[in-house]
Amino acid sequence: MNQSEQRTKSWYMMTVVGKDRPGIVARLTQALFEGGCNLGETSMTRLGGNFTIMMMVESDAESTRLQGLVGPVADALALHVHIDSIQARLHEHTEPNVQISLYGADRAGIVAEVTGVLAEAGLNILDLNSEVAGTGDKPVYIMMIDGYAEGGIEALKSVLERLKARGIEATLTPIATLVG
Amino acid sequence: MAVLEVVSYPDERLKRVSDPVVQFDEALQSFVADLEQTMRASPGAVGIAAPQVGRLQRIVIVDVSSVINRNRTKEQQNSSSNGCMILINPEIARAEGRVVGREGCLSVPDFTGNVARAAAISLTAFDPAGRRHEYRCKGFEARAVQHEADHLDGLLFLDRLVSPRELFRRKIYRSI
Ligand SMILES: [Zn+2]
Repeated sequence: MNQSEQRTKSWYMMTVVGKDRPGIVARLTQALFEGGCNLGETSMTRLGGNFTIMMMVESDAESTRLQGLVGPVADALALHVHIDSIQARLHEHTEPNVQISLYGADRAGIVAEVTGVLAEAGLNILDLNSEVAGTGDKPVYIMMIDGYAEGGIEALKSVLERLKARGIEATLTPIATLVG
Repeated sequence: MAVLEVVSYPDERLKRVSDPVVQFDEALQSFVADLEQTMRASPGAVGIAAPQVGRLQRIVIVDVSSVINRNRTKEQQNSSSNGCMILINPEIARAEGRVVGREGCLSVPDFTGNVARAAAISLTAFDPAGRRHEYRCKGFEARAVQHEADHLDGLLFLDRLVSPRELFRRKIYRSI
């Protein structure tokens, strides 16, 4: 990438949601490639039968032109596309130092309850995935979190005990990354 | 002694199979000293393999002693410590168990990922003087030896990533 390109390109967050079907990723990314865009970090996953995409897109185009680039694919596949201009940089990863898995009988507010006490104990969430397992009448809520414990692991351990008393099982595993 | 330049992917040497060492001479010993100094100069590194400095020979160094004393994770608490192991022409004879842990690599900057490794291994290797030794490693040390031995076969931890979603399901449904 040369200097003049660096000045004029900027980052957008493109969010795409639609009913899952084969070819969504391939056709969207091809349209962006043909429109001269670069992709950065992305997260793409199936949630409840929908396919969801969040991707960093770098382009010298305005967001309306970006919308136009993916418009034909979005129309053909009935996808909702949302684009935000963002301040972003690559190579800005924070290494997680703890992984926490939690589960319990599903109930209203369980995610707010869990993430609230974790935030209080100094956890910065870097990645969270959750699923609803079990059956329709006995749903089980499951969460897996990678995070960075600002105030150390001990503070987190004590709040996990509090969650346990409220019927939420939690396992905390420190992460030590091997470098070699 | 000198700190050598660490090559990073996509340097094609990282994807090649290294040759066995046949001459256990002064040149080898001098290279091993440089390789160790390079590892020590790399913050947090517990191992290094010759291909990572562009030398396609079956030589690795592993030293987890500084890390496992901190006893942070189960894998570190369970770890063996053979001190500074200089492993020439290493052969992993037996491998048992499977543990997922997080790895990064001096040759793959700005990325870490989860990798499944054997929990315990036994191996043979030669020292720089050409004497054959047997080692048993478990936990974090076993992971480090497997990571470095992979480099000798042109494999990076990127070749063995466990998908976060797969890991999620395996961990969660086992615990329930
Ligand atoms: Zn490596």
